[in-house]
Amino acid sequence: MGALPLAVAEGRPRVIEVENVVVRYGERTILKGVSFDIYDGEIMVIMGGSGSGKSTLLRQLIALETPDAGTVKVLGRDLGRLKGPELAELRKHMGVAFQGGALFSSMTVGENIMLALREHTDLDERTMRIMARMKLEVVGLAGFEGLMPSELSGGMTKRAAFARAIIMDPKLLFCDEPSAGLDPIVAAELDDLILKLRDALGITIVVVTHELESALKIADRLIVLDRGEILMVGSVEEVRASPNPRIQNLLNRRSEEATLDADAYLRRLTGEG
Amino acid sequence: MLRPLADVAEQVGRATARGLADLGFAGALFAESLYWTLMGRRRRQPVRVGSVFVQMMEIGILALPIVTVLSLTIGVMLAIQGIYTLRIFGAEDRVTLGIALSVTREFAPLITGILVTGRSGSAIAARLGTMTINQEIDALTTMAVNPVRFLVAPALLAMVVMLPVLTFYADLVAILGGGLYVAIELGMSLAAYTDACIDSITTDDLFHGLGKSLIFAVLITLVGAVNGASVRGGAEGVGRATTRSVVHGISAIVITDMIFAFVVSR
Repeated sequence: MGALPLAVAEGRPRVIEVENVVVRYGERTILKGVSFDIYDGEIMVIMGGSGSGKSTLLRQLIALETPDAGTVKVLGRDLGRLKGPELAELRKHMGVAFQGGALFSSMTVGENIMLALREHTDLDERTMRIMARMKLEVVGLAGFEGLMPSELSGGMTKRAAFARAIIMDPKLLFCDEPSAGLDPIVAAELDDLILKLRDALGITIVVVTHELESALKIADRLIVLDRGEILMVGSVEEVRASPNPRIQNLLNRRSEEATLDADAYLRRLTGEG
Repeated sequence: MLRPLADVAEQVGRATARGLADLGFAGALFAESLYWTLMGRRRRQPVRVGSVFVQMMEIGILALPIVTVLSLTIGVMLAIQGIYTLRIFGAEDRVTLGIALSVTREFAPLITGILVTGRSGSAIAARLGTMTINQEIDALTTMAVNPVRFLVAPALLAMVVMLPVLTFYADLVAILGGGLYVAIELGMSLAAYTDACIDSITTDDLFHGLGKSLIFAVLITLVGAVNGASVRGGAEGVGRATTRSVVHGISAIVITDMIFAFVVSR
């Protein structure tokens, strides 16, 4: 399918609409009025450094948290207004591959993958096993269904998490830091897997990552998030060409020079800040 | 001068607020578990019978050896103490009454409850805690699988069935333990001892103990689940939650035991 230019992406239906989302944890504001849209069939990468708010943003998109202000619409449904059964129904169209895999340690890989089928369908055991094997085949883990999660390597765990996330053939796939903590070769393989999943299944993929190389390789469009604010939403080329120094610092892996506020510094030292 | 007092007041206030929040959370977990147990099938999301049996095995069957050892020991200990005390009045043969009543009304439910708190209440806390920090609970939620239905309800059902069963088993073993000592010490036959015990116990006494064990079952599960679900801070947090679940669980059992005895026995 290849990279999706913004004009083409905007011709497609919006699958995620985020409007003025604000999230506060206590007195700290993590997301400060974030707005963007994600279109059907694109790979949107949410990129930012540590503490930028990207994981918090992901938790709003997958309805694990509700924002303090603003709205998140997924497949046209406002997450804040959905009741339990409606939200459960919507969740069946969303797959999530968590950062550490989050495979259930008491179940085999196969049982992990079949869990959603077991819970939400009336399929017989044999059909479920076949479907699980098919998904394992897609992620390159054929024959590993009998292993326990503790017997898998880091890369294999993430692949298994992908297989579990796509078992219900979701319309949306969310990936939290897919290549974090992996060696460069395995990380590149996972990037290829994400592209393959988009092309083979035609689904929309939202990836949260701080890995620059990976983000630039897989993204159709990027959201650059910094300190709870969106610096930019655009294609890889547009982001690369951005004159914004904070974006350039991120792209060139430069640390930012902190402006020294003498009063604030003194208050911090004396514990009165 | 006033700062330390204010700090103490603040800590007490925070602890009280946290305790009330935990209590509310436990109530919500209990109500939700009941809801899924009763309504799950209608909503096509039943509490899995297989999961309940796995938990019953873990909570009940695998606890049998340690329950046997402790109950037998408690029975013998009660016989020793009973005979020692009653000898003052020359009424050693009345020891059967003391053993039978104290075992069925008090010791069997209490000891079994404490034991299961240490074994299974802590296991529930550790399991839920580990699943929380590994994002497995989040994964269940995003898969539209309700974590309370999937994890808490089976444990609660298994506990509610198995703790009274274990308590009844502990009744029998402890009374047998006492009988063995009485037979050796007083030369009373086991048949006579059994007859005397059966004559001493009413169904009220038996259900007094079993009723308590039912309440303990709910307490142990909820204390474990609340502590497990509130884990923060990695493996160290899981360790803290596990310890806390045992301390809170045993405290809850002992205090409830006293209140139950006060309300029912007066």
